Amino acid sequence: MRLFSKWELIAVGAAVLLMLVVLPCLNAFTLESSWLHVSNFTITVYGKYLCYAMLAISVDLLWGYTGLLSLGQALFFALGGYMLGMYLMRMIGDLGQYHQPIPDFLVFLGWSTLPAFWKPFGSFPFAMFMAVLLPGTLAGIFGYLAFRSRIRGVYFSILTQALTYAACLLFFRNSLLLGGNNGFTDFKFILGHDTREPATQRGLFIVTGIALLLVYLVCKWLTTTKFGKVQRAIRDSENRVMFSGYSTANFKLFIFVLASVIASLAGVLYVPQVGIINPSEMAPDKSLEAVVWVAVGGRGTLIGPILGAFAVNAMKSWATRAYPDMWLIFLGTMFILVTVFMPKGIVGLPAQLRDVYKKLTARKMKVEPAPVAANGEEPLPAKSE
Amino acid sequence: MKKHLMKCLAAMSAAVMVSSHASAQDTVKIGILHSLSGTMAISETSLRDVLLYAFDEINGAGGIKVGDKSYKIEPVIVDGASNWPLFAEKAKQLLEEDKVAVTFGCWTSVSRKSVLPVFEKDNGMLFYPVQYEGEELSKNIFYTAEAVNQQATPAVDYLLKAGKKKFYLIGTDYVYPQTTDLILYKYLLLHGIPAENIGGGFRKDDSGKVISAGKYVPFGHTDFQQIVADIKQFAASGDACVLNTINGDSNVPFFKEIAAAGLTAADCPVVSFSLAEDELRALPTKDLVGELGCWTYFMSINSPANKAFLKSWNAWLKTQTHPGVVKEKRAVDSPMVLSYDGVYLWKAAVEKAGSFDVDKVSAVLEGGVVFDGPGGKVTMQKNHHVTKDVFIGETKANGQFKILETFPQVYGEPFMLKDLDAKLAAK
Repeated sequence: MRLFSKWELIAVGAAVLLMLVVLPCLNAFTLESSWLHVSNFTITVYGKYLCYAMLAISVDLLWGYTGLLSLGQALFFALGGYMLGMYLMRMIGDLGQYHQPIPDFLVFLGWSTLPAFWKPFGSFPFAMFMAVLLPGTLAGIFGYLAFRSRIRGVYFSILTQALTYAACLLFFRNSLLLGGNNGFTDFKFILGHDTREPATQRGLFIVTGIALLLVYLVCKWLTTTKFGKVQRAIRDSENRVMFSGYSTANFKLFIFVLASVIASLAGVLYVPQVGIINPSEMAPDKSLEAVVWVAVGGRGTLIGPILGAFAVNAMKSWATRAYPDMWLIFLGTMFILVTVFMPKGIVGLPAQLRDVYKKLTARKMKVEPAPVAANGEEPLPAKSE
Repeated sequence: MKKHLMKCLAAMSAAVMVSSHASAQDTVKIGILHSLSGTMAISETSLRDVLLYAFDEINGAGGIKVGDKSYKIEPVIVDGASNWPLFAEKAKQLLEEDKVAVTFGCWTSVSRKSVLPVFEKDNGMLFYPVQYEGEELSKNIFYTAEAVNQQATPAVDYLLKAGKKKFYLIGTDYVYPQTTDLILYKYLLLHGIPAENIGGGFRKDDSGKVISAGKYVPFGHTDFQQIVADIKQFAASGDACVLNTINGDSNVPFFKEIAAAGLTAADCPVVSFSLAEDELRALPTKDLVGELGCWTYFMSINSPANKAFLKSWNAWLKTQTHPGVVKEKRAVDSPMVLSYDGVYLWKAAVEKAGSFDVDKVSAVLEGGVVFDGPGGKVTMQKNHHVTKDVFIGETKANGQFKILETFPQVYGEPFMLKDLDAKLAAK
């Protein structure tokens, strides 16, 4: 089975070329006054969208391909962000407000030495390792309990939402020693580079682009294997798959853990680009937003979530500046229109338009043989091409 | 073809005329960075409104005079949407894309912390108007806000003078209440109140040092039965009071429970640091009558300057045409007036500096710019905070405050913890 159709290959190739080569080059090598110039602001904003696109893919892997609507995917995203955030906080060194070798919020909480669990986060590889391990383990335990107990459908959605809300409240607490409501901010260095320099931001943008491409390719491959077929079979009729001898719980558990790690990696890339991570990232509405991106883009495809994340967030960025009073109404209208008139999202639009076109042309053909019908004979059925 | 050419020429000359007209009336862009949607919109929208009012007032009076030119203000309004990463994105957009001369914005400390690195990186200028915990000083931020010593400690001074001997600390669990209560704990110790007369509990570190004082509830907490029972017991001696740093909606069930428990303002007054006139509009004020507030502005200030300000503000509300500005049933409170003061402090500094350049304006501001605002004289200090009058008020049934005491011209001090520690050690 071929992985890509011709058109898909062209579209993906063009997007990769634009995102990974053209935009960074236009940012780095053109003068600011030139009309070709891509500003640093654009790069950071697009970098953010790329992270959101990764999060959207992880939602789609669960919802679109396995039928598991997770309303807590932002939890894993935020956990990944927190793990890298801890590393970034350590890298501030004594450049904080109090000029102490420990993060500012610990000073204000009365600590004079680093708490033990903060110590290993001075190492980047350790932070990355934890960014995979912690969300993966949490998803593993939660998934094991949920899937073994055959929790499905709306109950699964509610539980995931409760999980992220509980975590949000936990992280709000100052006594957790993770910055409470303020979270982590004012980062200075990542791997020795100043996080606020345009060159660093550009580098992060490219790394995010590559990560998204890899995630896309892996998911694309996975969904075309036999595993992917079982995955979709679970979505369409889980009982039948179970009676055919598959342990659906194990399949779902694997997908849930994989999706949580993808979301976490997106969070890791997100934090140094936006410069802040706090518990509001875990609030249930963030996870709902990610589901909306997937719905707008088109679920059950892998391009869809990427397009959706870009379209919705670009619109949000634009409207919060252009129509600060009206933008929520804009966005709400768009969601209603999409759910009512475009059930397959942006990706399904061309096929939908083709159908409409066919219907219109078919109707025209029906009108012409009308006089025949007047003679009492059956009108000829319209030819379909 | 010829006709087409003529059209083109006409259009071009029109364009030239328009652009030459524009240059005769220079404008300066000013950013407004507040949440107009989401949980914080209820508070922050009022700040957007008062800023627009200030801009209209300045534009109506001829604009900002720099050298021999005068500039009209062009507001650039963006919505932070109560979303902290979005605040950072919008700040970057204001500074790098719109190239605003100055930005007025933020309410929560977390939004300020989120935009701070952006303002420092791009060397922008931000005016921050809402009471906060201090312990911060950025060269790119000017804090017209009340520091802890312009709100919480004057309130304690007032209560000490009124003969109160026991203090119960309660707040929402985030940085402002935590820091304020820690400062108050030390301040009370310094003023001879023993630790057992400070209620709400303590958290200590391994060495036994108190690192957190007071009782904390999460955002949106509604069940205050246990806590109020605790307060009632604490207040049984009749010389107690409550220092309340609860933020937002939780105040409603808190005050309902206080009223239900039969605690009156006469036996055990509650001083709230996050409830101003604007918040009182949404609260059941009959449960709050007699409770105390402490701010650097009250709507009830009886001065010609305040009366003129309120009259002009109400007139503007009726005639303005800005989208989204609510016209009816408006209140004015301290954050709004401090936003307004900030605009005029900045304007005075720009006119004195003869430039919109951030470094030059900063230098003038640090040199001590003065503005006579609705709440009295405000003076910018070298440490980016503002000297201003502090008022203690008593809540009335109509949602206004009756002023009980005035502390004139209090110097804003953002770093109190270190100072208190040193004084306590000396004691």
